[in-house]
Amino acid sequence: MSTTITEENNLTKKDFVTPNDVRWCPGCGDYAILNAVQRTLPELGIPREQFVVVSGIGCSSRFPYYMNTYGFHTIHGRAPTVATGVKVANPDLSVWMITGDGDGLSIGANHLLHLLRRNLDINVLLFNNRIYGLTKGQYSPTSEVGKKTKSTPLGSVDHPINPLLFALGSEATFVARTTDTDMKHMIETFKAAQAHKGTSFVEVFQNCVIFNNKTFDSVTSRDAKQDQLLTLEEGKPLVFGANKDKGIRLNGLDPEIVTLGDGIGHDDLLIHQPSNPNSAYANILAQMTYPTFPTPVGVLRQLDGRETYEDALIQQIEYAQSKDSDNLQELLTGQNSWVVEN
Amino acid sequence: MIQPTDSFEEIDSAVVRFAGDSGDGMQTVGERFTDSSAFAGNDIATLPDFPAEIRAPAGTLAGVSGFQLQFGNTKILTPGDEPDALVAMNPAALKSNIGDLPEGGMLVVNIDSFKSMNLKKAGYESNPLDDEDFRKKYHLIELDLTGLTKEALKESPLKPSDKVRCKNFFALGFMYYVYGRPLEPTLKFFEQKWGKRLPDLAEANSKVLKAGFNLGDTMETARNRYQVSKAPVQAGVYRKISGNEALVYGLVTASRKANRELLYSGYPITPASPVLEGLSQLKNFGIKCVQAEDEIAAMGVALGASFAGDLTVCATSGPGMCLKSEFIGLASITELPLIICNVQRGGPSTGLPTKTEQSDLLQALFSRHGDCPIPVIAAHSPSDCFDCAIEAVRIALTYMTPVILLSDLYVANGAEPWRVPNVSDIPVIENSFAKIEEEYVIYRRDPKTLARTQAIPGQVGLEHRIGGLEKGEDGGVSYDPDNHEEMSHLRAQKVAGIAKSLDPIEIQGEPEGDLLVIGWGGTYGAISSAATNLRDEGFSVSNIHLRHLNPLPDDLGDIIGRFKKVIVPELNLGQLNLLLRAKYLVDVISYGKLQGKPFKVSELHEKFLEHLR
Ligand SMILES: Cc1ncc(C[n+]2csc(CCOP(=O)(O)OP(=O)(O)O)c2C)c(N)n1
Ligand code: SF4
Ligand SMILES: [Mg+2]
Repeated sequence: MSTTITEENNLTKKDFVTPNDVRWCPGCGDYAILNAVQRTLPELGIPREQFVVVSGIGCSSRFPYYMNTYGFHTIHGRAPTVATGVKVANPDLSVWMITGDGDGLSIGANHLLHLLRRNLDINVLLFNNRIYGLTKGQYSPTSEVGKKTKSTPLGSVDHPINPLLFALGSEATFVARTTDTDMKHMIETFKAAQAHKGTSFVEVFQNCVIFNNKTFDSVTSRDAKQDQLLTLEEGKPLVFGANKDKGIRLNGLDPEIVTLGDGIGHDDLLIHQPSNPNSAYANILAQMTYPTFPTPVGVLRQLDGRETYEDALIQQIEYAQSKDSDNLQELLTGQNSWVVEN
Repeated sequence: MIQPTDSFEEIDSAVVRFAGDSGDGMQTVGERFTDSSAFAGNDIATLPDFPAEIRAPAGTLAGVSGFQLQFGNTKILTPGDEPDALVAMNPAALKSNIGDLPEGGMLVVNIDSFKSMNLKKAGYESNPLDDEDFRKKYHLIELDLTGLTKEALKESPLKPSDKVRCKNFFALGFMYYVYGRPLEPTLKFFEQKWGKRLPDLAEANSKVLKAGFNLGDTMETARNRYQVSKAPVQAGVYRKISGNEALVYGLVTASRKANRELLYSGYPITPASPVLEGLSQLKNFGIKCVQAEDEIAAMGVALGASFAGDLTVCATSGPGMCLKSEFIGLASITELPLIICNVQRGGPSTGLPTKTEQSDLLQALFSRHGDCPIPVIAAHSPSDCFDCAIEAVRIALTYMTPVILLSDLYVANGAEPWRVPNVSDIPVIENSFAKIEEEYVIYRRDPKTLARTQAIPGQVGLEHRIGGLEKGEDGGVSYDPDNHEEMSHLRAQKVAGIAKSLDPIEIQGEPEGDLLVIGWGGTYGAISSAATNLRDEGFSVSNIHLRHLNPLPDDLGDIIGRFKKVIVPELNLGQLNLLLRAKYLVDVISYGKLQGKPFKVSELHEKFLEHLR
């Protein structure tokens, strides 16, 4: 989403902190994300009263209580609808929607889909901990097959949904991923989300220390991340590895990992092109998962130029107002009235 | 055969019913007849009646669509119990409607559709028109509408199949002759609708309408003509209005009067879709319309926009109300203003989607989780939807609460003349906005109304958070047991306190007596007519009609106490009855009907009489 920078303001992180006690479990990844958002907003040049944070239900959705902005903690899965209403009522507001993997992709997936396709200028942060945190640890629609939880003692049997593929399938105009372990990357990604005009979808890998601890460690831990994370940068070749010696090349329609050197150079690799109108490229990236591929983080797709829902709606109103009168008495009287005299 | 007379007989009122295939344009001719009668200065009430299928197989009973109206020279409160004249376009229409036509009634049939195929589809073993007894029973007028229409359009450039489709207007023209109706409003309608786009069609329909009218003039059998003179009404500008139209206009007016932008969000559902469609036409009034992905989303959009300062409205019907429940609870606990209209239809589930029922009173009052009282009001006639929309908005904004406005299919689709109000005479509606200069405490209440104040995102210094968790006065989440109890009481007292702002109940008839009839919603016309008739016959019966169903008016208990018996007729199995029994501990007599049809005046008359003897 993008809101025009209205004035220089001297906001700092402190201005976005509420006096409320934060009630997440010690060590929960949500703290880092809260910190990142509180550090991002003051840098956007938007007055504090213009921010509205809307969430559904879940540990992650407690977020608005901890943000000293306007906020609405709604009901399970329905945050996209409330955020839509806020934005349509006042398109000048900077609307941030917080959801979880259960909230956004289970009970509320339908609404999320419609928010993304309508392309309202809203930032969506989906905290993916691959578990239902608030209800104490049942598997979620992003849990891997075979996930053993209290509700799936023999392991879950259903195929998980990939949040990025879901967003791409909904034709979101901005799709990104970041991790609660990388403050700098989160802030960068949130800023990019804000800069995009249209719905910005950001999946945040989030660690639930209590019910799904270390679920992303295989890709985000200090030891693994060099070889397992692929940091996307526009216009740069897809290179990863501790020594930056591995890359992704396209073989037909399939990506493959290659080692640089021995006649293979940067020119042979895929160049990151988030604005490619063809979504095939972004889909290839989104499907690259552990352990076969490094996991991409950063902005997978950013498509400019599609009109936002609220702009189109307001334009129609302005057009109608330029053409037809808004005389209420005439409306009530209509064209086929008659007069009774006594 | 009833002997036709050659005179122009003056009558007080008449009931006409058009019935045909869903594709025959019966709703259109009914609407036109209504306009023409309104133009003639009569009072009117209408009852469109159509099947759930858009085009059920042609000629079948399932596909029959009807439109009945009553017009008269006095106050007309209902579309009439039974028709004086029935127009049947095919055997199926005859079969499903003839039972309602009294002996001696005028029966106009389109004979060219009475062929063996159609007769069989309608379940007739032989042609009823060949039966001498049948012919004698009614004032039968047989018209070959197809042939006559073709003949009238000999010179028209329309395709033959398009020509035949004009035949409904032949029948209409003929009925205009019988009842001395003016043709002008219909001719004007053709011109407005097709004049520019399809001038040949406009021309053809005009021709056929006039041909139908002229046929009456030349036909022996049609000699009895009726005259219904103007109804005496208050001076003013009048128009015809349906319930859904009145709802739309009431909402637009209320938003002006509250000086708050109107946002409507809805998901299509019969019979509430015309509200979505109607408001979508009014973008020049600055109205934002969102067609959401479902009724849950519609409610969420409305709630979000209410939080951001708009006046917000959703309209739906029973199944959609079910989906909104959880959000209505959120609107209640966050104390945000919002209007939820339920245009009721037969339930449960998909039920009778195109038939009327007072299905959802208890749902409106109770279908939520927790103790969650919400104001509920109900419209009693098409034009009353206008006033109810304004009243709903007044309550919502004054008391900072969601409000449920009940209409029903009968009220929504029915039409009547409406004296157009002067916009400047309608009172301004006050908002409960926070004052910037004061410290903002989210749930601090106005001592009179117990309403909280609202701060709008974008207002400097009033940043705050609301949500579905129980909270203290400052909005902070609170699990304190005493606080929850206190907050629940406060929310309930706030809603109960709305009763203080209501006018005394209007009693029709004496303020005490033998029988009190209590109604709500769309049954007003039938109840009021039946009770008036009984009073005219000398019985001690009074009737009241409740607009406010939650809270119930403060004077209701007293009024009930002044009557020996209380009866509550409802198009359900006794929902208001249950409320009155619970609240006033009175032995209310319940009279329920669940046939997807409104009450007949005669059946109520009989029922009331049972309890008066
Ligand atoms: C209608 C409804 N159904 C169920 C719940 C219970 N519930 C609350 S949060 C939640 C799942 C949350 O999971 P997720 O969205 O992943 O959030 P997390 O707690 O993991 O951050 C469920 C099932 C509810 N609040 N409302
Ligand atoms: S349960 Fe998990 S997600 Fe929820 S607060 Fe605790 S650590 Fe965080
Ligand atoms: Mg989760």
